[in-house]
Amino acid sequence: MTTHSSAFKVFRILALLGFAAFFFVPLLSLLDFSTQVPGTAPGRTWDAWTFMVTDERLRSAIIASLLLAVLTVAGMVVLLVPTMIWVRLRVPRASKLVEILCLLPLTIPALVIVVGITNVYSWIYYLLGGSPLTLTFAYIVLVLPYSYRALDSSLAAIDVTTLAEAARSLGAGWLTVIIRIVVPNIWGGVMSAAFISVALVLGEYVFSSLLHFETLPVVMAAIYQSYAQASMAAALASMALVAALLLGLTFLGRRRERKGMS
Amino acid sequence: MSSAQQQSGRPARVGRVGRLLPLVPFLLFVAIFLIVPVVTVAVGAFRDADGAFTTDNLGALTDYAAVKALRGSLVLAGSTALIGAVFGALLAWLIVSAGPDSLLKRLTLAISGVLAQFGGVILAFAWIATIGIQGVVTLALQHITGFNLYGNGWLFSIPGLIVVYTYFQIPLMVIVFAPAIEGLRVQWREAAVSLGATRWQYWRHVAVPLLTPAFLGCALLLFANAFAAYATAAVLVSQGQPIVPLLIRQAITSEVLLGGANVGFALALEMILVVAVVMGAYSLLVRRTSRWLQ
Repeated sequence: MTTHSSAFKVFRILALLGFAAFFFVPLLSLLDFSTQVPGTAPGRTWDAWTFMVTDERLRSAIIASLLLAVLTVAGMVVLLVPTMIWVRLRVPRASKLVEILCLLPLTIPALVIVVGITNVYSWIYYLLGGSPLTLTFAYIVLVLPYSYRALDSSLAAIDVTTLAEAARSLGAGWLTVIIRIVVPNIWGGVMSAAFISVALVLGEYVFSSLLHFETLPVVMAAIYQSYAQASMAAALASMALVAALLLGLTFLGRRRERKGMS
Repeated sequence: MSSAQQQSGRPARVGRVGRLLPLVPFLLFVAIFLIVPVVTVAVGAFRDADGAFTTDNLGALTDYAAVKALRGSLVLAGSTALIGAVFGALLAWLIVSAGPDSLLKRLTLAISGVLAQFGGVILAFAWIATIGIQGVVTLALQHITGFNLYGNGWLFSIPGLIVVYTYFQIPLMVIVFAPAIEGLRVQWREAAVSLGATRWQYWRHVAVPLLTPAFLGCALLLFANAFAAYATAAVLVSQGQPIVPLLIRQAITSEVLLGGANVGFALALEMILVVAVVMGAYSLLVRRTSRWLQ
């Protein structure tokens, strides 16, 4: 596949330009729109961008979404990492069950879970109150498949059993084995899981809108009617953050790959 | 590692229970936040508002609105799966043919990874900013050619959703299909050529038959992806319920409709079934591909 005719090369350049236009024009339009002066007046303004900080409602939604991202990552790590390590070390027979449960949210649309989760959430409201941060529980389910895959591949790359045996024979307890021996060795996987979780949580709309919580995407959609430019600015800002996170993720993966090869 | 050695001095029964104990938080969590909701949907689909057994909710699935929404969803998922699969495969082929370690390939895969995750509110806004009534492209086209791209607001109905969904379907196809194209070994091509095959014959008799199961499998994945998507459509479409997810939204949010929640359960069950069938077929096809893709 090294020799290509010049006709193919021309076709490839034209096709790639077409794809690039399709994917980048909407993003540039978003930027263009967000800096327009509301109404039909000409000129440029960054008012819509500062609105993110100055507007009470939008600001608290941004804070809620960021806190949710942090809490979801923390909850996911606490719930999933010890479980997956323990399954590998002591109950390998349960590994298939854990895998199926973790990957289940891929085949069950999020909307279906929301439809069925209202009873659970009325209990949460009763026990914990109506803070948007209670969405953490639902979001941990949402990020379960992606986190599982990231953690599983990094666990498969190391010899957990030998590491654990060595530590145990030196007198380490199970908690020490998990926190101080295994986790530092799968740190790359933990970071990947965290990155993709943050990216998913920041854009999540299905749960938050239908359970009536004010997260960033919900407020973005709500203020669109009154101040479209601000919605667009917030959308582009969160898009940029998520893109940075996900590109960082691939960079991290490549570095790990290279380290593994050398 | 023998467990007898480690558990020495303790009864074996306690050892087994002790080994399963650390799994309890995880299993409990998944049970409450994943299994209970799904069971609620499955059971609720067969109950009326008072909790008695009924099949009326399933009957409601044959109502005009429900059938129309299902058809809309199938058209939307089917067309965007087809468009996404064809163009995604083309893009995957273009970047793979640029060489295994080319910058073009790495960059496109990284960007695809971002764009495939890019849905919901942001995506809806991006397209409103592009081809909405005040959209950048709409205004530019109107200025240059006088053509009104916005028309009668097609962006906010199924044709618009098709365009918008394609935006995340093509990158998803690139990610899942590029490994299959890369899996085609140079030796197979050399073997075909040394037996006198032309480039066309190689594609017709070797590459395309090999790639077909992977292509169909990936297309099914795209279908399920579009069928289950909700957020983008929820932001774009405010009038009518042209697809199943939006009909579910109406069923669970409207207080007026009697027993609306249970009809919502039935519709949700319908979604589970469609996605389960599609994903089942997907995993069968992927298993076929993974036989030679290593």
